[in-house]
Amino acid sequence: MENFKEIDDIIALHGNDKSSIISILHDVQHKFNYIPEDVLEYVSEKLSISPTKAFGIATFYENFSLQPKGKYIIKICDGTACHVRKSTPIIEALRKELNLSEEKITTDDLMFTVETVSCLGACGLAPVITINDKVYGKMTPEAVVDLLNEHRKEIGNEDK
Amino acid sequence: MMKGSMIIDGRKIEFDNEKNILEVVRKAGIDLPTFCYHSELSIYGACRMCIVEDNRGNIFATCSTLPQDGMEIYTNTPKIIKYRKNIMELLLSNHDRDCTTCSKTGNCKLQELSSKLFMQEVRFESKTRNEEIDTSSLAIVRNPNKCILCGDCVRMCEEVQGVGAISFAYRGSNMKITPAFNRNITEVNCVDCGQCRAICPTGAITIKNEKDELINYLNDDNKRVVVQIAPAVRVALGENFGLEPGTITIGKIISALKYMGVESVFDTSFSADLTVMAEAEEFVERLEKKENLPLFTSCCPAWVKFADFNYKELSNNISTCKSPQQMFGSVLKKYYQEKDKEDGKETIVVSIMPCTAKKAEANREEFITNGKKDVDLVLTTQELSILIQQFGINFDNLIEDSFDMPFGFASGAGVIFGSSGGVAEAVLTRLLKQKPSVSDKEILFKNVRGLESVKEANFVIDGTEVRIAVVHGLKNAAELINKIQSGEKTYDIVEVMACPGGCIAGGGQPTPMDEEKRKKRSNGLYTLNRTAQIKSSEENPLINDLFEGLLKDDHEILHVHKK
Repeated sequence: MENFKEIDDIIALHGNDKSSIISILHDVQHKFNYIPEDVLEYVSEKLSISPTKAFGIATFYENFSLQPKGKYIIKICDGTACHVRKSTPIIEALRKELNLSEEKITTDDLMFTVETVSCLGACGLAPVITINDKVYGKMTPEAVVDLLNEHRKEIGNEDK
Repeated sequence: MMKGSMIIDGRKIEFDNEKNILEVVRKAGIDLPTFCYHSELSIYGACRMCIVEDNRGNIFATCSTLPQDGMEIYTNTPKIIKYRKNIMELLLSNHDRDCTTCSKTGNCKLQELSSKLFMQEVRFESKTRNEEIDTSSLAIVRNPNKCILCGDCVRMCEEVQGVGAISFAYRGSNMKITPAFNRNITEVNCVDCGQCRAICPTGAITIKNEKDELINYLNDDNKRVVVQIAPAVRVALGENFGLEPGTITIGKIISALKYMGVESVFDTSFSADLTVMAEAEEFVERLEKKENLPLFTSCCPAWVKFADFNYKELSNNISTCKSPQQMFGSVLKKYYQEKDKEDGKETIVVSIMPCTAKKAEANREEFITNGKKDVDLVLTTQELSILIQQFGINFDNLIEDSFDMPFGFASGAGVIFGSSGGVAEAVLTRLLKQKPSVSDKEILFKNVRGLESVKEANFVIDGTEVRIAVVHGLKNAAELINKIQSGEKTYDIVEVMACPGGCIAGGGQPTPMDEEKRKKRSNGLYTLNRTAQIKSSEENPLINDLFEGLLKDDHEILHVHKK
């Protein structure tokens, strides 16, 4: 895999000490949007950690994903404030629109990933979502579908 | 260090350097229950069974708390009993409790503690996931539905064997023990040693059971079944029939096999003698040419596989001699060729081993000749014990029988192959006999025997110094190899055995095992060594007969020819 050169750079940045694994995986995930299996194996070899242990670490943290994620990552807050202000219908609307579920979180065309998070720290704007770290507050099921359609348009324009 | 006294259940107990309160409590004669605490592994504190209450009402796990002077604890207050039972209930609720059809039944720590705590009901609904059972391995079977997540296998694999084939993954209620990327165990670097199985308190990791194949062979009129028995089996099998570890039961084992219909029973110690001859010869040759040193022993298949995975550069250093099991397989198949032709039967070679990795070894492609395995079937000590029970054989009252000829007599050197240091000692005995100029034999052997992780010794043959190292536990082996490769250490012979203490503590042996049991089993083998009629392999008259007869022009069948 040609990207291993990039992985080497990431490892060089943090040092190949075992304790650097989390920072390295963060950067890997940032680069690929997820942690590919062969990259995880490569990193574990470089850090002299068994691939099994590295797999354990990568699956322990919610933020690491071993599945490819979409171009747009939509995080829906389901913390207390958002939940009482009806975040559930928003999640349902999004999942229905994108044909996703609690288990299947990314669309087949790798455009959208829908995740729930426990708090985005913007409770004043509840219910709140982020799309690629941009915050959208006071959401409704209708507004979120509109927002989604805007992004779809964007994708369509890029294709032209 | 830590010295003082504490009050346990109202009794004053002195402590002196115990590494945790648990050890002090056990010293006081109270056996607190534990799943995840093993003195040879790191302290994990996961199972929470060893909780106690102090005089201020605090509850904590004793395995992970240091004793302090003046401490006052209670091990069985109503609160503690309630909590402990609660914890047990939660463990049970997540466990596939189909005990009547579990191969671990009767020897299961979960079952034992559940009974001790008088668990009468489990109020919680079973959350047992229907995880797939991993039967891919030739050595072990992993059933995650019986796993209680104590982590013993994970720590054994990582801390003692330095392999790390399995680990915890995911978290919370989704946590499980798995090889990397949820692969099958055969798709990762598992070496088949079976130490995970030996330490697993439940039926989550068990031996791949092939005992029924023996029954099928025995009931096939076209087959002649001959058996070889490894040294370590005879000092451990008795434990399954209420005997002390180290009790030598070989006579009864032979009788039992004859009851079952086995035609001949031979001694793997005999082929160990053969290994000694071949390996000593190989070593002297290498020493003279000064090439491919150090010579690493090749008797332990888990070590050989470990080296395959991690130390390809050592492939020329590992002895080309087949292991005693495989040597015997080749010799027996050759020996019976004529007879098979005469009576139209096919000879089936079955070996009884203390080891799960031997099952995998017998399937390696270099040990398959003309499409047939040299050793057709490998059963562990545990499988043979089950067979004896299944056949209804009254083991206690069996009359002792002896091995069959012409492969039923071994030297004391061949017997100690089953203990760490034994192979090295046997080869040395042979070398010293060959070169009688050596005088420091006694001192030397004291250095090699015993159970410390790495031992070394030096001796001189004809003015050449020979340096020898003996190591057990693959993590220790890896550390030793690092030292050799960095030039910090130089040796001429290195004996490696994967399991702590050698084959006597193999993955196919009776469980549970601890340091004391290992010592007793090892002592059993050394008793046989001491009382053997002949001490050195080359004095074994049967070996000479074999070299002058069957193997006259064919020493090559004693060596591995990689495909």
